[in-house]
Amino acid sequence: MGIVTPGFAGRPRSGAPELPPGQYLTPDFPVLSAGPTPRVPQESWEFVITTETGVEHRWSWAQMMALPQEAPTVDIHCVTRWSKLGTRWQGVSLDTLLDGVDTAAGYVLAHSYGGYTTNLPLDDLRAGQAWLVHSYDGADLPAEHGGPARLLVPHLYFWKSAKWVRGIRLGLEDTPGFWETAGYHDYGDPWREQRYQGD
Amino acid sequence: MSWQPARLVHRRVETPTAQTLVLQVPGWAAHLPGQHVDIRLTASDGYQAARSYSLAAPADGDRVEVTVQRVPDGEVSPFLVEGYREGDPVEVRGPIGGWFIWRPAQTEPVLLVAGGSGVVPLMAMIRARRAAGNRVPFRLIYSVRTPSDVFYAEELRHRVRDDAGLDVAYVYTRETPEGWRGEPHRVGLADVSAHGWPPNLEPVAYICGPTGFVEAVSDLLVGLGHPAGRVRTERFGPTG
Repeated sequence: MGIVTPGFAGRPRSGAPELPPGQYLTPDFPVLSAGPTPRVPQESWEFVITTETGVEHRWSWAQMMALPQEAPTVDIHCVTRWSKLGTRWQGVSLDTLLDGVDTAAGYVLAHSYGGYTTNLPLDDLRAGQAWLVHSYDGADLPAEHGGPARLLVPHLYFWKSAKWVRGIRLGLEDTPGFWETAGYHDYGDPWREQRYQGD
Repeated sequence: MSWQPARLVHRRVETPTAQTLVLQVPGWAAHLPGQHVDIRLTASDGYQAARSYSLAAPADGDRVEVTVQRVPDGEVSPFLVEGYREGDPVEVRGPIGGWFIWRPAQTEPVLLVAGGSGVVPLMAMIRARRAAGNRVPFRLIYSVRTPSDVFYAEELRHRVRDDAGLDVAYVYTRETPEGWRGEPHRVGLADVSAHGWPPNLEPVAYICGPTGFVEAVSDLLVGLGHPAGRVRTERFGPTG
């Protein structure tokens, strides 16, 4: 237990859903970005998986939309401490996109329109854990929330769910991304409260 | 980075709903302007709540400052503003953040654009510039609802008078001061054109405020030709 601050009671504890440590619930959908919001038209959008040997797998918007679609409803947890429950998305499972990609890689660096990057283990994109999503709550994903398409990796802190994602590079070694280079955790498991390097 | 005990040594009223808390943190590491700190409160039954707050000033020895805006129905900020007494402990960890920072070694002109309580990390930059005797030109565009919502009002007046190369322009969205020329409005193209820097001076911009504000201002700057990579943003969600 931490040091008690006299007079602090906090919110009522009963009936609250269980959240990862240090998180609080919000009904809003806050935005966290490091810079201006890129505007990417669907017509010029593409998604590319680049393997460790340099082989590229590309999808245009129409090709991506023609893939089998899934509609995950998931809880999301931002490292800035808000959590939002039961968010509804639509998109393509990374299992579908990685199907037929020949790789021995253990790591992924996701990269985005606008220059953002974030790193994840490849296993965390497999087995029904990750999607390339283009819709939120039944409508096109707004640009400030990462549209036209973003990653959705809800079991990790939400900065791993790269907005405006353009592709993933598969690698044999882990390469820290944007926030990871700025002191945030390489893995980012909210249930283990891996916010910053060393957590 | 571990939680460290801290103690409230002083508080200053900034507005009717915002206060600056001066915390003493034994062994605090130095920080850069723009970085933030996590503050954790523990109730007597062990329940904990933590929030992030921007550091408002360079460290003064082991003393650090945050400015807390009271969020209606918030869990932490109303307590920090109204219930937290001088001498009482909290826990902190930090400093945190390595992107939305200004280093005194930077040489390019700086544009700061603040929406409401988003001024806090930008004030840390202004204060760090002053402390370092830095002469890099700074311009602050500060959007507030009414004149009584301005944080650090008295100090900003002194800084503009005493700190060579610092300009401050206010934009009022609801109510202007007596005798003010112009109507209340949101920050627009005319404001960033008149009070910002042209792109050819290759400035770096720091924008901090609520999401809608940051979206609007960063879109304006990109539209004026500022490269997106020179526009750094920090958005304040509801940090109750």
